[in-house]
Amino acid sequence: MALIRDIARVCKSKNAGPFELTVDVVFDDPALYRRVKSTGVLCAALFARLYDVRADAVLFTAYDAASAFKATFPRLLPSGEVGDTDVYGCQQHAPLLDVDIPLEEDRAA
Amino acid sequence: MNEIRLLSTSAILGYGFPEASLKAGMARAPHVIGVDGGSVDPGPYYLGAGKPFCSIMAIRRDLRLMLHAAIEAGIPMLIGTCGGSGGAPHLELTAQLVREIAREDGLHFRMALIDAEPPRDGLVAQAAAGRIRPLAGLPALAATTIEKATRIVAMMGPEPFIEALDNGAQVVLAGRASDPAPWVAACTRAGLPPAPAWYAGKMLECGATPSIPKGHDCLMVTVREDHVDCEPMNPIRRCTPLSIANHSLHENSSPIHHIEPGGMLDTSDCRFDALSDRAVRISGMRWNPASQYTVKLEGVELAGHRAICVCGTRDPILIGRIDVFIEEVRGIVRDKSAAFGVTPDRYTLGFRVYGHDGVMGAREPNRTATPHELGFVIEVVGDTPEIAMAVLGIARTNMLHTDFPGRLCREGNMAFPFSPSDIEAGAVYRFSVYHVAELDDPQAFFPIRYEAL
Repeated sequence: MALIRDIARVCKSKNAGPFELTVDVVFDDPALYRRVKSTGVLCAALFARLYDVRADAVLFTAYDAASAFKATFPRLLPSGEVGDTDVYGCQQHAPLLDVDIPLEEDRAA
Repeated sequence: MNEIRLLSTSAILGYGFPEASLKAGMARAPHVIGVDGGSVDPGPYYLGAGKPFCSIMAIRRDLRLMLHAAIEAGIPMLIGTCGGSGGAPHLELTAQLVREIAREDGLHFRMALIDAEPPRDGLVAQAAAGRIRPLAGLPALAATTIEKATRIVAMMGPEPFIEALDNGAQVVLAGRASDPAPWVAACTRAGLPPAPAWYAGKMLECGATPSIPKGHDCLMVTVREDHVDCEPMNPIRRCTPLSIANHSLHENSSPIHHIEPGGMLDTSDCRFDALSDRAVRISGMRWNPASQYTVKLEGVELAGHRAICVCGTRDPILIGRIDVFIEEVRGIVRDKSAAFGVTPDRYTLGFRVYGHDGVMGAREPNRTATPHELGFVIEVVGDTPEIAMAVLGIARTNMLHTDFPGRLCREGNMAFPFSPSDIEAGAVYRFSVYHVAELDDPQAFFPIRYEAL
């Protein structure tokens, strides 16, 4: 088992335009990325649960070329709307840090 | 082999960059120097108010260094989304700074100014013709929304920059532009294909952000037929395959399909190869031309006037019942404001509770932590500035004095860091237009003016 905060090299959130939030998880080791991807834990349904949106409102992409996962979904409120808490959308990544990835023990070890 | 070298000085004009990085960049003989002038990211206020989100002092400093570098080297200087939001007042304030610097420093050049605020009647007609589509689940663009908007800008592609450069402009200042657009224009004029041109633009739009350690600094990008090389100009920074891959995800909804005016950049099959320990080559990008040219529209409307008060509590008894306490204060504010004639439909009252859910709001998953102190921003958005300040005054005094069971702090519940405690925060805008408009002529919304300085 491994937490995202311990195995990823990037875990961040940001606006993708004023109405959407995008969350990225990037690995620097393609082999580790493939192992994480093969668990299927990072998926649209995970982001739907963590951010309380419908799964069909999540655009989830595993980007092999960059060893990265990206999820984009509606903001709670548009950027800067009365009641918005995070105009840049850059502090919405924390729930992902503690997601546990069921990696098998390193078989090469 | 055909190549063009492009030097981006920083992430935004006014964020600053080390002068030594600019010198190092100029020593590489770039063909074009530029910087992105703005972003929609700081929110709707700046577009609505017609103000920049960087200070005039900071913008002037960056502009002066860049103008001297460009004019002395005899190369073009390109800035998109001037003044932060790229509306008419934003473009004009940037142009005015350039005129002042040119006059003070004896610099002479031809300048092009490209406007990006399309006329309202044209937009209404275009919406009525079904040639404006909503983005991000917004409703169709109604004529009333267009008329009510404080300001609407359209996001130009590279075409207006190309025309300005073809007409001999050395300095091009543009209103709202797709971030890569000025760089794509330079590549296109150099005869390079759109795929590496758009990719290069995506790297250059944020200065040295695609490097580590992250900082506002200069990035050199060399574009050739089928690849893009990125290298930061400050020796303390490095581009690595990871830093480039990370930046390739920046602010886009998809990491592989990037919709731009005139087409889509497909990065599915990109390769990131280290050229050295501080330079990276990206290859494998593709460009799929669109059958219909489109530009994005951004617009905002007035939402009211804000006043805020910052305070905090260190009282564990109050912290233990803060949700109930705030609801009681809300009730008192409603009654006391109504007593001086301000009914709840005239304002929105908010309590932002830092230490509880101030950052994530309803999406905060941790609801059980008990902090030793809590910070509050009390906020009122009212129909007028007077209403906002009046309601905030009642909210502040009742956050301070309202009783609660078990209270020992009989003199007051809140620590206020400032006097005055209540701050007028000005007009509040909201995004009301976020649509794409179909254009038969990519320059239809973007007239160009020329000045000899």
